[in-house]
This record gives sequence, structure tokens and C-alpha cells, in this order.
Amino acid sequence: MNASASLRNDAWIDVINGGALSLVQDQGRDGWRHLGVARGGALDPDSAALANMLVGNPADAAVLEFALQGPSLRLPQPLRLAVLGAQCEARFDGAALPLARPVELPAGTLHLGGMREGARAWVAVSGGIDLPQVLGSRATDLRGGYGGVDGRALRKGDRLPIGAHAAIEADAPRAPGWWIDPRAGHDPLAPIRYVASTAPALRDVVLAVGQREWRVHPASNRQGLRLDGDALDALSASGLSEPVAPGTLQLPPDGRPIVLLADAQTVGGYARLGHVIAADLPRLAQLQPNQRLRLRACGADEAAAAQAAARAERARLELAIAARLRG
Amino acid sequence: MNAGAAAAVDCEALADDAWLLRLGREIDPAVNARVHALAARLRAQPPAWLRDLVPAYASLALFFDPAAVAADAARDWLLTQYANLGAGEVGSQDARDVEIPVIYGGAFGPDLESSAAELGLSPQALIERHSGALYTVAMIGFAPGFPYLSGLAPELALPRLATPRTEVAAGSVAIGGAQTGIYPRPGPGGWRLLGRTPLRLFDAGRAAPSLLQPGDRVRFRPIDAAEFARLEAAS
Repeated sequence: MNASASLRNDAWIDVINGGALSLVQDQGRDGWRHLGVARGGALDPDSAALANMLVGNPADAAVLEFALQGPSLRLPQPLRLAVLGAQCEARFDGAALPLARPVELPAGTLHLGGMREGARAWVAVSGGIDLPQVLGSRATDLRGGYGGVDGRALRKGDRLPIGAHAAIEADAPRAPGWWIDPRAGHDPLAPIRYVASTAPALRDVVLAVGQREWRVHPASNRQGLRLDGDALDALSASGLSEPVAPGTLQLPPDGRPIVLLADAQTVGGYARLGHVIAADLPRLAQLQPNQRLRLRACGADEAAAAQAAARAERARLELAIAARLRG
Repeated sequence: MNAGAAAAVDCEALADDAWLLRLGREIDPAVNARVHALAARLRAQPPAWLRDLVPAYASLALFFDPAAVAADAARDWLLTQYANLGAGEVGSQDARDVEIPVIYGGAFGPDLESSAAELGLSPQALIERHSGALYTVAMIGFAPGFPYLSGLAPELALPRLATPRTEVAAGSVAIGGAQTGIYPRPGPGGWRLLGRTPLRLFDAGRAAPSLLQPGDRVRFRPIDAAEFARLEAAS
């Protein structure tokens, strides 16, 4: 094969329907928080990175993240792509398309539909979505209004340029028989773990948050997951704004906690009950509106062990993908 | 100071990859100056694992790359740097003086007259008081480029609106409680709007995206409609 003749950089994808909330995301932006700039990026950065690996991209290539009801996309030319994350409906020109593996598609129409399980998935395209970097990232920041496509969700008529990639020829969809399962062996009903604040004044309410059952409020978004349920005792917090982060467990005056997610603002004045551990943050991205969940307090050691296990699992999946792409 | 003294400092895990160091518990210009001095010291020789620093009113967050450094080692570095912060080291070396032109009142500052009346001042007196002070960017947050300015005369403090506006114009200069600030982008907001600047507070496409940096000193300069239009066209 002649590599130089087989590279193309003139491909694109047309958006026929943006779906519920489809965003260009990557691994997010670091180094700007002191200016109020959120880290952002995929709500499950490992899934976005693994989807990229399935199609031969670097981990931080820009992908599509979609929620609950996916977009409809037209491919004017053949492309290699992978859909990873929630169990969602995926059809190409009407035929079911398998998930969690690289697929080669001819020109045609891709419909990404409703979720059977989970709430978000990521689409990586060989070559990556080639939009300009803003502050070092292509991630869409909805509140800041930059990154991705004009800092907003995809809508009908948008055109997504695809970066340079090995050209493929495909008359019909082609998919291998193997797939990866990043959530194999995980219990989706296990409580979400948090490290509790050590402030003595918060001791009772910090314990209470782990004793109640919560429901995902439908008004949740990428900035914060709002927990609905019996209100906790409101605190007379000083209101002095302090830095917050993805995972911060906030308690507003109405007594209903909010877990900040990737688009977390950089500072906040609500009482801070602790933080959800990094290893469990991706699970929050898969909760559907009104779904029930519990929280469980854990120590920093357990948080670090869970994060090390998540890193090991990602490394294992990367090895498996590399072996299969070679084989 | 030794390590034992440093360990007594209020340092809490903000996230698995971040520490929050508290230097105080209230809005105090001296504490805020220490925060900015510490931020400048930390930024002077950043370790490769340092991802982000967020100086706030009385606290500072340090974000690290957990794959590159152990959480405890990142905390020890932070506490050691804090312990070594000189008592007289209170200002940020790279703080700048920034002048913000503002058109006060009218459609640009719809709350000027009611705010002045509530404070028992004439609108002109409120403008003179607000623009006569030297402010410090205590922190930036809430939105990209939104400066929380300390230095407002305590007698100019005003409660937030009972019902926030659904749309505040970009550049709006406002008072909320004992603070004053500037809205970088159109959006909802509950602070009292006194006026508007034609300058762009935040532009992700600029090499320096934020007009202001934490620790900068700010003065407001009253301008008229003609100068506003001229500056707006130029920015």
C-alpha cells in the first residue's frame, strides 16, 4: 500500500440532526482555571480516549459526545469510526451497527438513537474532528461559549471537518467480530464513593448524605449533577467563594446536593461536603434523569486504589486493542 | 517555620487530584495579598506535575497530575512553599495596574439611580465613590474572566437583587454585597448594574484571553457615550 497516496484530509461529516445534546469534546483544557476557565472535556475521558484508540487516533483527538438521544450524521465519503459508552441504538442506512469496535462505513447516514442503558456515548472518527483549538483544546465549553462548533451543541447544518487519516474504501459497513467492554465486571448499582470533608461543622450533614437515597434531577447538566430527595439540613455557610473542582459535592441552601462535573465552574460559595472520587466520576455521566443512586463515604486510600485500578484497566484495554488492531 | 508548623495549616483534599489550602476564612485584603504572593511563588518554578493553581479570596487550590506525582508529595511541596513564604512577601510580582473605562447610568447602568437612592447618595456621588477607589482582583471565577474586586468602600455595599436578571449585558459593572465585579459575557446575574465598560473582559482567541489577572490592581474611569462608542468599536 502506498501510504502517501492513501492519506486524505478532505473528509467531513454533515449534521442532519444534533440530537439531545451532542458536543465536540476531548481531554479538556488545563492551566487556565485561575482565569475562570473550566477544565471541561469528555465526561468520561477514558472512554473518549479508548474510542480514539479503536480508530487509530491519539487519545486527545476530538470526538463527539452525545447524551440520551444521539445525532443523525451524514457521511459524504467512507470513514472509520467507533461508538463507545452507553448501550445505544446505532443504525447505518437502516441496518444495526455494532458498538465498541472500529467500523468502516461507506458514504451514508448514521443514526445514533436512544440509550438502552447509560446516558452518554462517544464517537471517534479516524483523523479526529479537526476544529481549531481554543486555549489548547477543542472541547466545547457551553458556558464560556468557545471550543467545538462556536462553543455550542451541534445542530442541523453543521459541518465537521475530519483530520488527515488513512483513506478507506468501503461498499458496505465492515466491522470485526471483537469488541471491548470497559465496564465489564462493574456493578452499576454500587454506591458512588465520596471522600468527606473534615470540617467539624459539616460532620452530621456529611454523614447524612450517605444515608439517603437520591434521584438524578432532570435539570442536571455537564456542570453539575443535581441530587433530588429529602433535603439535608441547610447550613449557614459563610458563602466565601473557594475553589471547586469536578467531583465537588456542594450543598446549596435548599439542602439538595450537587455533584460538580467536568464543566464545573472554578470557584463556588456553597458548603462543600467533600468530593466524589475520580474513579467514580465516569459513572455519574451514565446516570439517566430520575435514576436512583446512593453515595458512600470512603477514605483517600480507597480513592487512590480505585484510581490505580481504573488506570490499570485502561492500560489492559489499550493492550487488547493494540493486539487486535495488529492481528 | 518547620514541617510541624506547616502541617497545622488548614489543607484539605479538594479532589483526588487537588489540594485546597486555606489561609483565612473571610474577605481580608491582607490574606488575599498572601494568597497572591503564594501563587506567584508556586508559579515561579512549577514542577512538571503542576496542572493548575486557583487563587481565591482566602484560599488557593493546587491541581496536580495524579499519574505523575503522589498526592502526599504534591501536598508536601505546597506546604513547604507556604512555610517558606516570607512574612513581607505580600504582593504578586507581576500584578499590573489596569484602568477600566466605564459609562455609568442610563441604559448602561440601570440600577445606578435606585442604588444611589438606597445608599442616600446622589448618582454622581456614587459614581465618584465607585470610580475613586483602587481595587484588587481578589480572584477570577464564576465565568471565564469574571473578576471579583476587593476594595469597595464598605458603605457602598448593596444586597443582590431579589430576582436576578435573566440577561445582563457583557461588560456590565456591578455591585453585589461588599464586592464589585464585571460581567464578561451576556447572561443571568443578580448584582446591581451601575454601568458598562466597552472593553472585552475575556476573549478565548486572544493570546492573553483575560483582560485581568488575579492580583491585578484596577481603577474605573468614568467616560461618556462618545468615548464608549469609540472604544467599543476599537475592541
